Amino acid sequence: MSAFSAIGEEREIDREEFTPTLEPQATWCPGCGDFGVLKALKQAMPEIGRNPDEVLLVTGIGCSGKLNSYFECYGYHSIHGRSLPIARAAKLANPELEVIAAGGDGDGYGIGGNHFMHTARENHDMTYIVFDNEIFGLTKGQTSPTSPKGHKSKTQPHGSAKDPIRPLSLALTSGASYVARTAAVNPNQAKEILVEAMQHDGFAHVDFLTQCPTWNKDARQYVPYTDINDSDDYDFDPTNKTEAQAMASEAEQSLYEGEVLTGRFYVDADRPSYQEEKQAIGEMPEEPLAERYFDDDYEWERTHDMLLDRHK
Amino acid sequence: MTDHELMWRIAGGSGDGIASTSQNFAKALMRAGLHVFTHRHYPSRIRGGHTYTEVRADSEPVRSRGDGFNCLLALGDSFARNPKEGAYYGDEEVKPLAENLDELNDGGVIVYDTGLLDAEDIPNFEERIEENDWHVYPINLREIARDHGREVMRNTAGVGATAALLGIDLQYFEDLMAESMPEEILEPNKEILHYTHDMVQEEFEFTHDLRVPEGSHDEEQVLLSGSDTIAYGAIDEGCRFIAGYPMTPWTEVFTIMSQALPEVGGISEQVEDEIAAAALALGASHAGVKAMSGSSGGGFALMSEPLGLAEMSETPVVLVEAMRAGPSTGLPTKPEQADLEHVLYTSQGDSNRVVLAPGTVAEAYEQSRLAFQLAYGYNIPAILLYDQKIGGELMNVPASHFDREPNPDLGAVTTEAELQDAPHGPGGKFHRYRYDAEDGVSPRSIPGQKDGHFLVTGNEHNPAGHIDEDPTNRVTQVERRASKLDAIREFLDDQGTQTHMGPDEADYGLITFGSQQGTVAEAVDRLNDAGHSVKGIGVSDMMPYPVEEMTEFLESVDEALVVEMNSSGQFRGLTQKELGRFGGKLSSLLKYNGEPFEPAEIVAGFEASIEGQDVPEQQTTYVPAAGD
Repeated sequence: MSAFSAIGEEREIDREEFTPTLEPQATWCPGCGDFGVLKALKQAMPEIGRNPDEVLLVTGIGCSGKLNSYFECYGYHSIHGRSLPIARAAKLANPELEVIAAGGDGDGYGIGGNHFMHTARENHDMTYIVFDNEIFGLTKGQTSPTSPKGHKSKTQPHGSAKDPIRPLSLALTSGASYVARTAAVNPNQAKEILVEAMQHDGFAHVDFLTQCPTWNKDARQYVPYTDINDSDDYDFDPTNKTEAQAMASEAEQSLYEGEVLTGRFYVDADRPSYQEEKQAIGEMPEEPLAERYFDDDYEWERTHDMLLDRHK
Repeated sequence: MTDHELMWRIAGGSGDGIASTSQNFAKALMRAGLHVFTHRHYPSRIRGGHTYTEVRADSEPVRSRGDGFNCLLALGDSFARNPKEGAYYGDEEVKPLAENLDELNDGGVIVYDTGLLDAEDIPNFEERIEENDWHVYPINLREIARDHGREVMRNTAGVGATAALLGIDLQYFEDLMAESMPEEILEPNKEILHYTHDMVQEEFEFTHDLRVPEGSHDEEQVLLSGSDTIAYGAIDEGCRFIAGYPMTPWTEVFTIMSQALPEVGGISEQVEDEIAAAALALGASHAGVKAMSGSSGGGFALMSEPLGLAEMSETPVVLVEAMRAGPSTGLPTKPEQADLEHVLYTSQGDSNRVVLAPGTVAEAYEQSRLAFQLAYGYNIPAILLYDQKIGGELMNVPASHFDREPNPDLGAVTTEAELQDAPHGPGGKFHRYRYDAEDGVSPRSIPGQKDGHFLVTGNEHNPAGHIDEDPTNRVTQVERRASKLDAIREFLDDQGTQTHMGPDEADYGLITFGSQQGTVAEAVDRLNDAGHSVKGIGVSDMMPYPVEEMTEFLESVDEALVVEMNSSGQFRGLTQKELGRFGGKLSSLLKYNGEPFEPAEIVAGFEASIEGQDVPEQQTTYVPAAGD
């Protein structure tokens, strides 16, 4: 029997299990887009058949990092920008866990930008949600990597001289095998995309537009949005990388011109996940490593028997 | 030490095979029954530049590099360039000969390759030979190698020549070559080995009296570096996950683990930077695998953030820190012990970690295992602090030293059955950080365990892991985490991890930590032989510090000299801080030129300190006691 009996347990899962008592206590500002992520996530979870004890949610620091405090599952509220390396190692240690990483745009595209690039390129099987509100919220309104050029804040009083990060393009170029953008103002689409992302076997990047009514004054900043997969105006094939890149690029440009394009930009269902690649070359066991420590019958190797000969 | 010990130095350019040749030489002598010890010196260059390795061999156990050396094999630097034009790296061509003469002992033997080295370029060579009674054997090794195989095989010619001069049986070298070389290069190498050996025996009149000592040990030995023993200790203790980024000298442990782990069904990850590396180790550990990461000074600096998270979240992890000379990039390939304070106090907040510093290659195996036992037994990060010297030096250790049972015990974790009865918060979160834990250790659950979910956070938190700024909670949690160190101290006291040297009772003490332990042990013996009354202690527990044992030691001596490789006396400072007294009893002997101590330097430093004189050697520094 598995030492982790929560994994794969078959039962009816109620979405309220994920936030039984805590949601009303959330310390996000009224109207914050983060509520939308929490709601979409808790709705998505039962649809993929996962219960709180088989999910590991790793967050960074900032308003987004508090997601973990209001969500019932194994949670790891880590440090600024470092959710991805923690999440991907946990997934390698026990691939049977549902691993989700989450952070903000400063966390994910600024301080954690390097990890984002490398996790995408390795195509770890996990979902990465970035709360993208184009501002630093918890430190009170500084310019973020996705703030538009010219954005004025206390730390950029003359207006930012920098072009914003293009997260969808960056994810695509780095090698993410699933790339989507959704918005907190559209909980139904958000839930669907999160379900897809979690079911995707590879690195699924979801740029989640979350309005910040406190520091980015226009609380309706991502409304109205257009779902590119539902609209006849945007004809492209999300399995074709070149077309996906063009579409992502258009969406990233238009966001700063006031047009919010959301949906699924790229899906590569064929690319093997990092775990599969590593197992194929013999660098990772087929059985979850974590199980081994609970298996009394496992024969542990000794260096004395296998490595000392070369030193004699 | 006996009068007949061999201290053989092979010198050449980086990339000329000095390391592999010396390794085989040491192994051959070990197989011949000798105790061996190697000391490596190399520049931060891949090709060219002066490099040497010493192999000290004796019929009695060898504990340090010794003082100077008595047999030089100068191969020449095949990558030397522009010697006449004063190129950036200077006059390189004769360095393998010229650079080593200062440390060659009286009566020493010199073999040099006339094919690459011109002795006429060396100032006063003839006078120095006469003055020091050196015995010189110039041989065109390059030509022999070229004639009988390929030029790169001149190392083999050099080994053949010194084997003849020292009386070493060639069979040991032949066997080693056969084990490591493919057929097509084995044959010419064997031919070169024999040809040179026989030629030297026939053509030279031996004027020296240096011969290889008699072999003595009969138990099976293995030749290992500290990097090997750290890696093997980790594997035997059940570590199956490593993440890292290359940095000298930590790379050695990382490489050994990366090659070994897939063989035992483990995982190694080379990642984008050291912050990621340490974070990966935390992630794997959190998910229920024994995990490690590590780096050297600059890389470890990046790890201070995940290290703090490991302390606050009580995620067990082992980090290794391979010190090299700093600050910043420092001397990338040279040893120093100046990261002690960095490792003790880096990261924000009060330190809640274990820091162990092994004193020898063999001890590094135990300490590596111990680091995992403490980390996982107490849910705390443990750091293994060593330096380039221990990491790279090779020593013979009895194979039986490693003949121990593996320990896959994951330490302080719950079972699913225990989780059923454990307290849970209102939302369903398991009370992973309960106040009433025995020894401060609150067992964790592993993701995937039923009814075990909880929140890990780098914020101060309540028993369920929720962020909590209540002052009473804060004080309770701080004190619980700190109390684990008291429990660990008690555990370590029972283990007897400090190494005592010399007599039980003595007037003076020598105190050291880490890689200088063997050298200090040799110095203690020499000082007692010379009529002094000295005992020594090699301390391996940096945090928690062995307060009781050190107090006892220092109360028992009149004065003590702290020997360490840094310029600020960090270990002396730690000792005074932890004990809160003895300021007037402790003086320092420091060395920070990129080379480890030689025993004679410690002897001289000690004699100078008790006689109140300056230390004679330019390369060591004496700092008197604060009370003086």
